[in-house]
Amino acid sequence: MTSRYADMFGSRARDGEGALGIFTMLGDPDPGSCLACLDAIVAGGADMVEVGIPFSDPIADGPVIQAAAERALRAGVRTADCLEMIADFRQRHPTVPLGVLTYANLVVARGIDAFCQQLADAGGDSLLIADVPSIEVGPYAAAARRAALDLVMIAATNTPGATLQRIAAAGSGYTYCVARAGVTGADREVHFNGHPALFAALAAAGAPPPSWGSVSPRPTTFARRSIRARPG
Amino acid sequence: MKFDGRFGRFGGAYVPEILVPALEQLEAAFIEAQQDPGFAAELGDLLSTYAGRPTPLTRCRNLSRGKTRIYLKREDLLHGGAHKTNQVLAQALLARRMGKTRLIAETGAGQHGVATAIAGALFGLETCIYMGADDVERQQLNVFRMQLMGATVVPVTTGGRTLKDAVNEALRDWTASFETSHYLLGTVAGPHPFPLMVREYQRVIGKEAREQILGIEGRLPDAVIACVGGGSNAIGLFSDFIGDEKVALIGVEAAGKGLSGREHGATILKGRPGILHGAETLVLQDADGQIDDTWSVSAGLDYPAVGPEHAFLKESGRAEYVGVTDDQALAAFVALARGEGILGAFESCHALAHALQLARAGEDRIILVNLSGRGDKDVAQAQTLLGDRERNAA
Repeated sequence: MTSRYADMFGSRARDGEGALGIFTMLGDPDPGSCLACLDAIVAGGADMVEVGIPFSDPIADGPVIQAAAERALRAGVRTADCLEMIADFRQRHPTVPLGVLTYANLVVARGIDAFCQQLADAGGDSLLIADVPSIEVGPYAAAARRAALDLVMIAATNTPGATLQRIAAAGSGYTYCVARAGVTGADREVHFNGHPALFAALAAAGAPPPSWGSVSPRPTTFARRSIRARPG
Repeated sequence: MKFDGRFGRFGGAYVPEILVPALEQLEAAFIEAQQDPGFAAELGDLLSTYAGRPTPLTRCRNLSRGKTRIYLKREDLLHGGAHKTNQVLAQALLARRMGKTRLIAETGAGQHGVATAIAGALFGLETCIYMGADDVERQQLNVFRMQLMGATVVPVTTGGRTLKDAVNEALRDWTASFETSHYLLGTVAGPHPFPLMVREYQRVIGKEAREQILGIEGRLPDAVIACVGGGSNAIGLFSDFIGDEKVALIGVEAAGKGLSGREHGATILKGRPGILHGAETLVLQDADGQIDDTWSVSAGLDYPAVGPEHAFLKESGRAEYVGVTDDQALAAFVALARGEGILGAFESCHALAHALQLARAGEDRIILVNLSGRGDKDVAQAQTLLGDRERNAA
């Protein structure tokens, strides 16, 4: 785990609280507004920030995030611009953990090693590739390790035990636990049935700390109070 | 999973983790069904008594040139009007076997959508078809066919509004509904086990064609030719000839308005390795890895990726891939109608156009072309295109 995640999770745990991460799409609607938005996210109390690098075909994202990616791409935002925005963020927020969520084709287009190194050099702490499941993660996990970058893996309540072992072995930073079936950003009710068992299984497998992830356009879906109530 | 789903370095299963159990379930059901004589018997019965197999091999009486004989494998005569019915019936049987109650599919030209709607009606499964809004516009007849058979057609207005965007939406739906829905993917693309499974279910085309040509000519063809969008009809035709090294395997891609510009769907000729829709394959993309929009007169070839086995066949040198433009395909469409009295799908006419080019020399050669679908769906579009051409000529 990179030191920023370790410091932040440690500090939250000492306070008896969970951590709050907020997602936004880099370059949406344009780089300047996005940087201001990132500042506001930190000022608003986010403990960690997750940013998307816009991709033309985001199969794991729902209409809200897809629209954000389309706006950014229409504004001419490229991967290089995103790395610059991350570097800018890092200068102004030296201690806030920042992770990138994106898709495999953007990573392989730059070269897996080169992408990981450039992200680490820009000040990113972690990488989550939405369409790389644990059965395909080998080369990505190795490249992330070489760049001293955390590779965040996804787990869900339907993930079989053997897969959780692979996720635990390959992942670092934190484990993104899908709150419900379906794409992110879909306006559907979230249920947490099955998650205590998932968290216990992840802990038993030695996985990085679990984090509930399910981006919602409705801010009320996740009350900060309820997030804070969860350990880890 | 039991297999890694790789063809050389291509293939794999690049999907959100949440879908992996659904792919594992599908792979297990597929392997189990392949070993079950009951499944083979039921599928065989459906293919012969419902779908109309075997389809004939037709010698082109008027388009053959000199000593060159062109044969057409008549998948256009299959129920549903295209080769799609072969594998759709098989996947619907698998869906039933897995206890799924709903089918999801994507479609470009509408042929796979129609085939899925047929299977949905036959097996009493709720059916939802995603189709790019532009394709809905240019394939109205097929949209209505699907609706008549009880399927819901969802126009996709995101992205380029064509097949790639329909695939995205179908995958998103499946992510939320895999417990009750089977994603009946239409081609040999996508994550493992789809490329392997669809190939096995389309293999019947090449198997029949091989026996038929041996029966008629007493020898194997010199070349087998098929169009390639995702690549299912081509893999179906190629599979039983791959071991016959003297048989040239030729895939024909949509060169659209020309390969020098960006308005084409020639993924193998102009793409480079990448990851799209669940597989590592050749992809039309920019330097950053953003997926390019594509163009073809034929909605079924308007796709920026290709089945991973084709990427492998290209890289290994076993198959050759060429491009045919919209204009050349349209000319072949007209030639087939006038010369043989057959309306072929725009997709298949790409393959025929290349065969006609090869036949010009008139050498002693046998060329086998997969006429993968009928052209009724393209008649209105052909009327417009030919009208435009006449007006431009005037």
